[in-house]
Amino acid sequence: MYNEKIIELFQNPKNHKKIENPDGIGKYDNPICGDSMWISIKVGKNDKGEEIISDIGVQTFGCIAAIASSSEVTELAKGKTLEEAKKITRADISEHLGGLPPIKEHCSNLAVDALKKAIEDYEGKK
Amino acid sequence: MEVYFDNAATTKVAKEVVDAMIPFYTENYGNASSSHKWGQKAEEALEDSRKRIAECLNARAEEIIFTGSGSESNNFALKGIARANKEKGNHIITSKIEHSATLESCKSLEGEGFSVTYLDVDKEGFVDLEDLKREITDKTILVSIMHVNNEIGTIEPIDKIGEICKENGVYFHVDAAQSFMKVPIDVKKINADLISLSAHKIHGPKGVGALFIKSGTDIRRFVDGGSQEMRKRAGTENVPGIVGFAKATELIKGEDIKHMAKLRDKLISFLEKIPDSRLNGPKGDNRVCNNVNYIFKFIEGESIMSLLDMKGIAVSTGSACNSDNLSPSHVLSALGLPHEIIHGSIRFSFSRENTEKEVDYLMKVLPDVIKKLRNISPYSRENQNV
Repeated sequence: MYNEKIIELFQNPKNHKKIENPDGIGKYDNPICGDSMWISIKVGKNDKGEEIISDIGVQTFGCIAAIASSSEVTELAKGKTLEEAKKITRADISEHLGGLPPIKEHCSNLAVDALKKAIEDYEGKK
Repeated sequence: MEVYFDNAATTKVAKEVVDAMIPFYTENYGNASSSHKWGQKAEEALEDSRKRIAECLNARAEEIIFTGSGSESNNFALKGIARANKEKGNHIITSKIEHSATLESCKSLEGEGFSVTYLDVDKEGFVDLEDLKREITDKTILVSIMHVNNEIGTIEPIDKIGEICKENGVYFHVDAAQSFMKVPIDVKKINADLISLSAHKIHGPKGVGALFIKSGTDIRRFVDGGSQEMRKRAGTENVPGIVGFAKATELIKGEDIKHMAKLRDKLISFLEKIPDSRLNGPKGDNRVCNNVNYIFKFIEGESIMSLLDMKGIAVSTGSACNSDNLSPSHVLSALGLPHEIIHGSIRFSFSRENTEKEVDYLMKVLPDVIKKLRNISPYSRENQNV
Protein backbone atom coordinates (compact mmCIF):
# COMPACT_ATOMS: atom_id res chain seq x y z
CA MET A 1 0.00 0.00 0.00
CA TYR A 2 2.79 2.44 0.91
CA ASN A 3 6.10 3.01 -0.89
CA GLU A 4 9.52 2.67 0.74
CA LYS A 5 10.02 6.38 1.35
CA ILE A 6 6.74 6.64 3.27
CA ILE A 7 7.54 3.57 5.34
CA GLU A 8 11.01 4.95 6.08
CA LEU A 9 9.55 8.27 7.30
CA PHE A 10 6.99 6.39 9.36
CA GLN A 11 9.69 4.31 11.04
CA ASN A 12 12.03 7.26 11.49
CA PRO A 13 9.86 10.36 11.61
CA LYS A 14 11.55 13.72 10.92
CA ASN A 15 11.25 16.78 13.15
CA HIS A 16 8.90 15.10 15.60
CA LYS A 17 9.82 17.15 18.64
CA LYS A 18 8.55 19.86 20.91
CA ILE A 19 9.87 23.36 20.36
CA GLU A 20 10.41 25.39 23.50
CA ASN A 21 8.82 28.84 23.38
CA PRO A 22 7.60 28.57 19.77
CA ASP A 23 6.81 31.72 17.78
CA GLY A 24 3.81 30.12 16.09
CA ILE A 25 1.65 27.04 16.70
CA GLY A 26 -0.70 25.38 14.22
CA LYS A 27 -3.03 22.69 15.53
CA TYR A 28 -5.10 20.88 12.97
CA ASP A 29 -7.60 18.13 13.68
CA ASN A 30 -8.98 16.33 10.67
CA PRO A 31 -12.77 16.07 10.94
CA ILE A 32 -12.86 13.21 8.41
CA CYS A 33 -10.45 10.62 9.75
CA GLY A 34 -9.72 11.96 13.25
CA ASP A 35 -5.97 12.48 12.82
CA SER A 36 -4.27 15.48 14.44
CA MET A 37 -1.08 17.38 13.69
CA TRP A 38 0.42 20.14 15.79
CA ILE A 39 3.22 22.13 14.19
CA SER A 40 5.33 24.71 16.06
CA ILE A 41 7.81 27.06 14.46
CA LYS A 42 10.64 29.34 15.44
CA VAL A 43 11.06 32.35 13.17
CA GLY A 44 14.47 33.89 12.42
CA LYS A 45 15.98 36.02 9.66
CA ASN A 46 18.16 35.12 6.71
CA ASP A 47 21.08 37.28 5.54
CA LYS A 48 18.69 39.24 3.30
CA GLY A 49 16.68 40.13 6.38
CA GLU A 50 13.68 37.99 5.34
CA GLU A 51 11.77 36.03 7.93
CA ILE A 52 12.46 32.34 7.74
CA ILE A 53 11.41 29.19 9.60
CA SER A 54 14.57 28.64 11.61
CA ASP A 55 13.26 25.62 13.47
CA ILE A 56 10.16 23.47 13.18
CA GLY A 57 8.67 20.67 15.24
CA VAL A 58 5.60 18.54 14.73
CA GLN A 59 3.55 16.09 16.76
CA THR A 60 1.26 13.64 15.01
CA PHE A 61 -1.67 11.54 16.16
CA GLY A 62 -2.37 9.44 13.12
CA CYS A 63 -1.59 6.74 10.65
CA ILE A 64 1.46 5.97 8.53
CA ALA A 65 0.46 8.50 5.87
CA ALA A 66 -0.13 11.20 8.48
CA ILE A 67 3.26 10.64 10.16
CA ALA A 68 5.07 10.59 6.80
CA SER A 69 3.21 13.72 5.59
CA SER A 70 3.98 15.70 8.74
CA SER A 71 7.62 14.63 8.49
CA GLU A 72 7.77 15.72 4.85
CA VAL A 73 6.03 19.09 5.31
CA THR A 74 8.40 20.03 8.11
CA GLU A 75 11.41 18.96 6.05
CA LEU A 76 10.20 21.11 3.14
CA ALA A 77 9.43 24.15 5.33
CA LYS A 78 12.61 24.14 7.39
CA GLY A 79 14.87 27.08 6.45
CA LYS A 80 12.35 28.49 3.95
CA THR A 81 11.09 32.08 4.11
CA LEU A 82 7.56 32.38 5.46
CA GLU A 83 6.38 33.40 2.00
CA GLU A 84 7.94 30.30 0.43
CA ALA A 85 6.59 28.05 3.16
CA LYS A 86 3.07 29.35 2.65
CA LYS A 87 3.25 28.21 -0.98
CA ILE A 88 3.83 24.55 -0.10
CA THR A 89 0.85 22.56 -1.38
CA ARG A 90 -0.54 19.09 -0.72
CA ALA A 91 0.63 18.16 -4.20
CA ASP A 92 4.21 19.05 -3.18
CA ILE A 93 3.98 16.73 -0.19
CA SER A 94 2.48 13.92 -2.19
CA GLU A 95 5.11 14.36 -4.92
CA HIS A 96 8.00 14.36 -2.47
CA LEU A 97 6.59 11.25 -0.82
CA GLY A 98 6.41 9.52 -4.19
CA GLY A 99 2.59 9.39 -4.11
CA LEU A 100 0.10 8.56 -1.37
CA PRO A 101 -2.65 5.94 -1.74
CA PRO A 102 -5.82 7.80 -2.94
CA ILE A 103 -7.69 7.27 0.33
CA LYS A 104 -4.72 8.81 2.20
CA GLU A 105 -4.34 11.96 0.08
CA HIS A 106 -6.18 13.96 2.73
CA CYS A 107 -3.25 13.37 5.12
CA SER A 108 -1.03 15.61 3.01
CA ASN A 109 -3.69 18.32 3.21
CA LEU A 110 -3.69 18.03 6.97
CA ALA A 111 0.07 18.64 7.08
CA VAL A 112 -0.11 21.70 4.82
CA ASP A 113 -3.01 23.16 6.80
CA ALA A 114 -1.20 22.72 10.12
CA LEU A 115 1.87 24.52 8.69
CA LYS A 116 -0.27 27.40 7.36
CA LYS A 117 -1.96 27.75 10.74
CA ALA A 118 1.41 27.92 12.49
CA ILE A 119 2.59 30.71 10.17
CA GLU A 120 -0.73 32.57 10.56
CA ASP A 121 -0.46 32.22 14.32
CA TYR A 122 2.97 33.85 14.23
CA GLU A 123 1.86 36.61 11.87
CA GLY A 124 -1.24 37.32 13.94
CA LYS A 125 0.89 37.89 17.03
CA LYS A 126 3.22 40.39 15.36
CA MET B 1 9.56 -14.40 15.44
CA GLU B 2 6.40 -14.64 13.32
CA VAL B 3 3.20 -14.41 15.32
CA TYR B 4 -0.31 -14.52 13.88
CA PHE B 5 -2.82 -12.95 16.27
CA ASP B 6 -5.54 -12.22 13.71
CA ASN B 7 -7.50 -15.46 13.94
CA ALA B 8 -10.86 -13.69 14.12
CA ALA B 9 -10.14 -12.56 10.54
CA THR B 10 -9.19 -16.03 9.41
CA THR B 11 -7.16 -19.03 10.53
CA LYS B 12 -4.51 -21.29 9.08
CA VAL B 13 -6.03 -24.33 7.40
CA ALA B 14 -5.04 -27.32 9.52
CA LYS B 15 -2.89 -29.98 7.86
CA GLU B 16 -5.44 -32.66 8.72
CA VAL B 17 -8.04 -30.56 6.93
CA VAL B 18 -5.94 -30.17 3.78
CA ASP B 19 -5.17 -33.90 3.81
CA ALA B 20 -8.88 -34.71 4.04
CA MET B 21 -9.70 -32.33 1.19
CA ILE B 22 -7.07 -33.29 -1.41
CA PRO B 23 -8.62 -36.63 -2.50
CA PHE B 24 -11.83 -34.78 -3.36
CA TYR B 25 -9.92 -32.65 -5.84
CA THR B 26 -7.70 -35.33 -7.32
CA GLU B 27 -9.52 -38.68 -7.08
CA ASN B 28 -13.10 -38.41 -5.91
CA TYR B 29 -13.79 -35.34 -7.95
CA GLY B 30 -17.23 -36.33 -9.16
CA ASN B 31 -20.28 -34.09 -9.03
CA ALA B 32 -22.35 -35.09 -6.01
CA SER B 33 -25.47 -34.94 -8.18
CA SER B 34 -24.16 -37.56 -10.65
CA SER B 35 -25.24 -41.18 -10.17
CA HIS B 36 -22.02 -42.90 -11.29
CA LYS B 37 -19.34 -44.13 -8.92
CA TRP B 38 -17.47 -40.80 -8.88
CA GLY B 39 -20.65 -38.93 -8.09
CA GLN B 40 -21.67 -41.40 -5.41
CA LYS B 41 -18.36 -41.05 -3.60
CA ALA B 42 -18.72 -37.27 -3.60
CA GLU B 43 -22.30 -37.51 -2.42
CA GLU B 44 -21.38 -39.90 0.37
CA ALA B 45 -18.69 -37.50 1.59
CA LEU B 46 -21.08 -34.57 1.31
CA GLU B 47 -23.78 -36.25 3.37
CA ASP B 48 -21.29 -37.55 5.93
CA SER B 49 -19.98 -33.99 6.34
CA ARG B 50 -23.50 -32.64 6.71
CA LYS B 51 -24.18 -35.17 9.44
CA ARG B 52 -21.02 -34.23 11.29
CA ILE B 53 -21.67 -30.49 11.15
CA ALA B 54 -25.25 -31.13 12.31
CA GLU B 55 -23.99 -33.13 15.29
CA CYS B 56 -21.95 -30.13 16.45
CA LEU B 57 -25.23 -28.24 16.90
CA ASN B 58 -27.25 -31.28 18.01
CA ALA B 59 -29.29 -30.72 14.86
CA ARG B 60 -30.48 -33.10 12.13
CA ALA B 61 -28.43 -33.48 8.97
CA GLU B 62 -31.21 -32.22 6.72
CA GLU B 63 -31.27 -28.98 8.71
CA ILE B 64 -27.77 -28.02 7.44
CA ILE B 65 -27.46 -26.17 4.13
CA PHE B 66 -23.96 -25.56 2.81
CA THR B 67 -23.19 -22.09 1.49
CA GLY B 68 -20.18 -20.20 0.17
CA SER B 69 -19.42 -18.20 3.33
CA GLY B 70 -20.70 -16.93 6.66
CA SER B 71 -21.71 -13.74 4.85
CA GLU B 72 -23.79 -15.72 2.38
CA SER B 73 -25.44 -17.58 5.26
CA ASN B 74 -26.43 -14.27 6.86
CA ASN B 75 -27.78 -12.96 3.55
CA PHE B 76 -29.69 -16.20 3.03
CA ALA B 77 -31.20 -16.17 6.53
CA LEU B 78 -32.33 -12.55 6.52
CA LYS B 79 -33.51 -12.24 2.94
CA GLY B 80 -34.89 -15.77 2.82
CA ILE B 81 -37.03 -15.31 5.93
CA ALA B 82 -38.10 -11.76 5.10
CA ARG B 83 -39.19 -12.56 1.55
CA ALA B 84 -41.03 -15.73 2.53
CA ASN B 85 -42.87 -14.11 5.42
CA LYS B 86 -43.75 -10.65 4.18
CA GLU B 87 -47.46 -11.44 4.30
CA LYS B 88 -47.08 -11.92 8.06
CA GLY B 89 -45.16 -8.74 8.70
CA ASN B 90 -42.46 -6.40 7.51
CA HIS B 91 -40.47 -5.77 10.68
CA ILE B 92 -37.01 -7.12 11.52
CA ILE B 93 -34.96 -6.56 14.68
CA THR B 94 -31.18 -6.72 14.81
CA SER B 95 -28.42 -4.92 16.72
CA LYS B 96 -26.05 -2.10 15.90
CA ILE B 97 -22.98 -4.31 16.33
CA GLU B 98 -23.79 -7.06 13.83
CA HIS B 99 -21.43 -8.16 11.08
CA SER B 100 -21.67 -6.06 7.91
CA ALA B 101 -23.26 -9.02 6.08
CA THR B 102 -26.24 -8.73 8.44
CA LEU B 103 -26.40 -4.94 8.48
CA GLU B 104 -26.09 -4.65 4.71
CA SER B 105 -28.73 -7.35 4.20
CA CYS B 106 -31.01 -5.31 6.45
CA LYS B 107 -30.33 -2.21 4.35
CA SER B 108 -31.24 -4.13 1.20
CA LEU B 109 -34.45 -5.29 2.83
CA GLU B 110 -35.28 -1.72 3.87
CA GLY B 111 -35.09 -0.95 0.15
CA GLU B 112 -37.67 -3.69 -0.43
CA GLY B 113 -40.09 -2.10 2.04
CA PHE B 114 -39.12 -3.87 5.27
CA SER B 115 -38.58 -1.83 8.40
CA VAL B 116 -35.59 -2.65 10.61
CA THR B 117 -34.92 -1.82 14.26
CA TYR B 118 -31.24 -1.68 15.21
CA LEU B 119 -30.96 -2.33 18.94
CA ASP B 120 -28.44 -0.40 21.01
CA VAL B 121 -25.92 -2.30 23.11
CA ASP B 122 -24.50 -1.43 26.53
CA LYS B 123 -20.89 -0.39 27.05
CA GLU B 124 -19.70 -4.00 27.01
CA GLY B 125 -21.63 -4.79 23.86
CA PHE B 126 -24.63 -6.67 25.32
CA VAL B 127 -28.08 -6.40 23.82
CA ASP B 128 -30.72 -5.37 26.36
CA LEU B 129 -33.46 -8.00 26.63
CA GLU B 130 -36.05 -5.45 27.79
CA ASP B 131 -35.28 -3.34 24.71
CA LEU B 132 -35.82 -6.39 22.56
CA LYS B 133 -39.18 -7.22 24.20
CA ARG B 134 -40.29 -3.61 23.79
CA GLU B 135 -39.43 -3.51 20.09
CA ILE B 136 -41.25 -6.72 19.09
CA THR B 137 -44.60 -5.89 17.49
CA ASP B 138 -47.22 -7.96 15.68
CA LYS B 139 -45.42 -7.00 12.45
CA THR B 140 -42.09 -8.47 13.61
CA ILE B 141 -41.09 -11.58 11.68
CA LEU B 142 -37.39 -12.00 12.50
CA VAL B 143 -34.79 -11.22 15.14
CA SER B 144 -31.14 -11.54 14.10
CA ILE B 145 -28.45 -11.30 16.78
CA MET B 146 -24.88 -12.54 16.60
CA HIS B 147 -23.66 -15.10 19.13
CA VAL B 148 -20.16 -13.63 19.55
CA ASN B 149 -19.15 -10.19 18.35
CA ASN B 150 -16.22 -10.38 15.95
CA GLU B 151 -14.50 -7.24 17.22
CA ILE B 152 -14.95 -7.24 20.98
CA GLY B 153 -15.75 -10.88 21.76
CA THR B 154 -18.98 -10.26 23.67
CA ILE B 155 -21.10 -13.43 23.99
CA GLU B 156 -24.73 -12.38 23.58
CA PRO B 157 -27.41 -14.09 25.71
CA ILE B 158 -28.85 -16.07 22.79
CA ASP B 159 -30.60 -18.54 25.10
CA LYS B 160 -32.74 -15.75 26.59
CA ILE B 161 -33.19 -14.01 23.23
CA GLY B 162 -34.37 -17.34 21.82
CA GLU B 163 -36.97 -17.67 24.58
CA ILE B 164 -38.31 -14.18 23.91
CA CYS B 165 -38.56 -14.95 20.20
CA LYS B 166 -40.36 -18.22 20.89
CA GLU B 167 -42.88 -16.54 23.22
CA ASN B 168 -43.61 -13.98 20.51
CA GLY B 169 -43.70 -16.42 17.59
CA VAL B 170 -40.82 -14.66 15.82
CA TYR B 171 -38.03 -16.34 13.87
CA PHE B 172 -34.59 -16.09 15.49
CA HIS B 173 -31.38 -16.04 13.46
CA VAL B 174 -27.98 -16.35 15.16
CA ASP B 175 -24.77 -15.41 13.36
CA ALA B 176 -22.39 -17.91 14.96
CA ALA B 177 -19.40 -17.34 12.64
CA GLN B 178 -17.15 -16.31 15.53
CA SER B 179 -18.54 -18.65 18.16
CA PHE B 180 -18.89 -21.98 16.37
CA MET B 181 -16.80 -24.64 18.16
CA LYS B 182 -15.73 -22.07 20.78
CA VAL B 183 -19.04 -21.52 22.56
CA PRO B 184 -21.40 -24.51 22.56
CA ILE B 185 -24.72 -24.25 20.78
CA ASP B 186 -27.34 -26.95 21.23
CA VAL B 187 -30.41 -26.33 19.11
CA LYS B 188 -32.43 -28.67 21.34
CA LYS B 189 -31.80 -26.26 24.21
CA ILE B 190 -31.56 -22.91 22.45
CA ASN B 191 -34.50 -21.75 20.43
CA ALA B 192 -32.70 -20.71 17.26
CA ASP B 193 -34.37 -21.15 13.89
CA LEU B 194 -31.37 -20.21 11.79
CA ILE B 195 -27.64 -20.30 12.58
CA SER B 196 -24.84 -19.05 10.31
CA LEU B 197 -21.53 -20.91 10.36
CA SER B 198 -18.17 -20.38 8.67
CA ALA B 199 -15.37 -22.88 8.05
CA HIS B 200 -12.33 -20.63 7.82
CA LYS B 201 -12.61 -19.33 11.38
CA ILE B 202 -11.95 -22.83 12.73
CA HIS B 203 -8.95 -23.91 10.60
CA GLY B 204 -11.18 -24.97 7.73
CA PRO B 205 -10.98 -23.67 4.16
CA LYS B 206 -12.20 -20.28 2.94
CA GLY B 207 -15.26 -20.18 0.71
CA VAL B 208 -17.36 -22.59 2.78
CA GLY B 209 -20.16 -21.75 5.16
CA ALA B 210 -23.35 -23.33 6.36
CA LEU B 211 -26.80 -22.28 7.48
CA PHE B 212 -28.76 -24.30 10.00
CA ILE B 213 -32.44 -24.02 9.14
CA LYS B 214 -34.75 -25.62 11.67
CA SER B 215 -37.22 -28.04 10.10
CA GLY B 216 -40.49 -26.35 9.25
CA THR B 217 -38.99 -22.88 8.86
CA ASP B 218 -40.63 -20.92 6.08
CA ILE B 219 -37.67 -19.60 4.06
CA ARG B 220 -37.28 -18.56 0.43
CA ARG B 221 -34.79 -20.45 -1.70
CA PHE B 222 -31.59 -18.42 -2.02
CA VAL B 223 -30.03 -19.56 -5.31
CA ASP B 224 -32.29 -20.68 -8.16
CA GLY B 225 -31.18 -23.60 -10.29
CA GLY B 226 -30.70 -27.30 -9.62
CA SER B 227 -32.04 -29.25 -6.69
CA GLN B 228 -28.92 -29.22 -4.54
CA GLU B 229 -29.07 -28.45 -0.80
CA MET B 230 -32.71 -29.44 -0.25
CA ARG B 231 -33.64 -27.23 -3.24
CA LYS B 232 -32.73 -24.18 -1.16
CA ARG B 233 -29.35 -23.27 -2.64
CA ALA B 234 -28.55 -24.39 -6.17
CA GLY B 235 -25.02 -24.92 -7.45
CA THR B 236 -22.61 -27.85 -7.56
CA GLU B 237 -21.50 -28.41 -3.98
CA ASN B 238 -17.94 -27.53 -2.99
CA VAL B 239 -17.29 -31.09 -1.82
CA PRO B 240 -13.57 -30.70 -0.94
CA GLY B 241 -14.32 -27.53 1.02
CA ILE B 242 -17.28 -29.09 2.80
CA VAL B 243 -15.22 -32.19 3.69
CA GLY B 244 -12.56 -29.80 5.05
CA PHE B 245 -15.18 -27.94 7.08
CA ALA B 246 -16.40 -31.17 8.68
CA LYS B 247 -12.83 -32.28 9.39
CA ALA B 248 -12.07 -28.93 11.06
CA THR B 249 -14.89 -29.45 13.57
CA GLU B 250 -13.17 -32.59 14.84
CA LEU B 251 -9.97 -30.79 15.72
CA ILE B 252 -11.03 -28.32 18.39
CA LYS B 253 -11.13 -29.84 21.85
CA GLY B 254 -12.10 -28.55 25.26
CA GLU B 255 -8.46 -28.05 26.22
CA ASP B 256 -7.98 -25.77 23.20
CA ILE B 257 -10.70 -23.47 24.51
CA LYS B 258 -9.01 -23.41 27.93
CA HIS B 259 -5.64 -22.76 26.32
CA MET B 260 -6.94 -19.80 24.31
CA ALA B 261 -8.71 -18.39 27.38
CA LYS B 262 -5.43 -18.62 29.27
CA LEU B 263 -3.61 -16.66 26.56
CA ARG B 264 -6.44 -14.12 26.55
CA ASP B 265 -6.33 -13.59 30.31
CA LYS B 266 -2.54 -13.44 30.37
CA LEU B 267 -2.54 -10.70 27.75
CA ILE B 268 -5.36 -8.75 29.41
CA SER B 269 -3.53 -8.84 32.78
CA PHE B 270 -0.44 -7.45 31.08
CA LEU B 271 -2.29 -4.73 29.14
CA GLU B 272 -4.03 -3.56 32.30
CA LYS B 273 -0.66 -2.25 33.46
CA ILE B 274 -0.24 0.03 30.45
CA PRO B 275 -1.40 3.54 31.42
CA ASP B 276 -4.12 5.29 29.43
CA SER B 277 -5.46 2.12 27.89
CA ARG B 278 -8.65 0.10 28.32
CA LEU B 279 -10.30 -3.18 27.42
CA ASN B 280 -13.28 -3.24 25.06
CA GLY B 281 -15.96 -5.81 25.77
CA PRO B 282 -16.53 -7.84 28.93
CA LYS B 283 -14.10 -9.87 31.02
CA GLY B 284 -14.54 -13.48 32.09
CA ASP B 285 -17.07 -16.05 30.94
CA ASN B 286 -19.08 -13.68 28.78
CA ARG B 287 -16.10 -13.04 26.53
CA VAL B 288 -15.13 -15.49 23.80
CA CYS B 289 -11.94 -17.41 24.62
CA ASN B 290 -9.77 -16.00 21.83
CA ASN B 291 -10.44 -12.26 21.71
CA VAL B 292 -8.67 -9.30 23.30
CA ASN B 293 -9.64 -5.82 22.09
CA TYR B 294 -7.75 -2.94 23.63
CA ILE B 295 -7.59 0.79 23.23
CA PHE B 296 -4.32 2.64 23.56
CA LYS B 297 -5.13 6.31 23.97
CA PHE B 298 -3.35 9.12 22.09
CA ILE B 299 -2.12 6.88 19.27
CA GLU B 300 -3.61 5.47 16.10
CA GLY B 301 -4.35 1.84 15.28
CA GLU B 302 -2.97 1.56 11.75
CA SER B 303 0.36 2.85 13.05
CA ILE B 304 0.36 0.39 15.96
CA MET B 305 -0.65 -2.47 13.67
CA SER B 306 2.10 -1.62 11.15
CA LEU B 307 4.87 -1.34 13.73
CA LEU B 308 3.78 -4.71 15.14
CA ASP B 309 3.68 -6.11 11.60
CA MET B 310 7.27 -4.96 11.10
CA LYS B 311 8.13 -6.98 14.21
CA GLY B 312 6.38 -10.03 12.74
CA ILE B 313 3.11 -9.77 14.69
CA ALA B 314 -0.26 -9.70 12.88
CA VAL B 315 -3.21 -7.95 14.59
CA SER B 316 -6.12 -5.79 13.40
CA THR B 317 -7.57 -2.36 14.22
CA GLY B 318 -10.93 -0.58 14.28
CA SER B 319 -9.33 2.76 13.40
CA ALA B 320 -10.93 4.94 10.73
CA CYS B 321 -7.52 5.20 9.05
CA ASN B 322 -7.60 1.51 8.31
CA SER B 323 -11.12 1.31 6.90
CA ASP B 324 -12.04 1.67 3.26
CA ASN B 325 -14.41 4.58 3.95
CA LEU B 326 -12.49 6.42 6.70
CA SER B 327 -15.17 5.72 9.27
CA PRO B 328 -14.33 4.18 12.63
CA SER B 329 -15.55 0.73 13.71
CA HIS B 330 -19.36 0.66 13.93
CA VAL B 331 -19.07 -1.77 16.83
CA LEU B 332 -16.86 0.45 18.98
CA SER B 333 -19.00 3.47 18.01
CA ALA B 334 -22.09 1.60 19.26
CA LEU B 335 -20.39 1.17 22.66
CA GLY B 336 -20.53 4.95 22.92
CA LEU B 337 -16.80 5.45 22.46
CA PRO B 338 -15.70 8.72 20.88
CA HIS B 339 -13.94 8.76 17.53
CA GLU B 340 -10.47 9.63 18.83
CA ILE B 341 -10.55 6.76 21.33
CA ILE B 342 -11.62 4.23 18.68
CA HIS B 343 -8.65 5.48 16.67
CA GLY B 344 -6.31 3.56 19.01
CA SER B 345 -8.11 0.20 19.06
CA ILE B 346 -6.30 -3.05 18.43
CA ARG B 347 -7.78 -6.56 18.26
CA PHE B 348 -5.64 -9.56 19.17
CA SER B 349 -7.32 -12.87 18.33
CA PHE B 350 -5.86 -16.26 19.13
CA SER B 351 -6.13 -19.76 17.74
CA ARG B 352 -5.40 -23.14 19.30
CA GLU B 353 -1.97 -23.00 17.66
CA ASN B 354 -0.77 -19.84 19.42
CA THR B 355 1.59 -20.30 22.35
CA GLU B 356 2.48 -18.55 25.60
CA LYS B 357 5.89 -17.80 24.10
CA GLU B 358 4.21 -15.86 21.32
CA VAL B 359 2.22 -13.83 23.86
CA ASP B 360 5.49 -13.21 25.74
CA TYR B 361 7.02 -11.92 22.52
CA LEU B 362 4.09 -9.55 21.98
CA MET B 363 4.41 -8.37 25.59
CA LYS B 364 8.06 -7.64 24.96
CA VAL B 365 7.50 -5.71 21.72
CA LEU B 366 4.25 -3.84 22.38
CA PRO B 367 5.35 -1.37 25.11
CA ASP B 368 8.09 0.02 22.84
CA VAL B 369 5.64 0.39 19.96
CA ILE B 370 3.21 2.31 22.16
CA LYS B 371 6.02 4.43 23.60
CA LYS B 372 7.40 5.27 20.16
CA LEU B 373 4.02 6.49 18.92
CA ARG B 374 3.10 8.28 22.14
CA ASN B 375 6.42 10.13 22.00
CA ILE B 376 5.37 11.83 18.77
CA SER B 377 1.68 12.30 19.65
CA PRO B 378 0.43 15.73 20.71
CA TYR B 379 -2.06 14.17 23.09
CA SER B 380 0.27 12.10 25.26
CA ARG B 381 0.32 13.28 28.86
CA GLU B 382 3.94 14.37 28.68
CA ASN B 383 3.27 16.26 25.43
CA GLN B 384 0.12 18.10 26.38
CA ASN B 385 1.85 21.34 27.41
CA VAL B 386 3.10 22.27 23.94
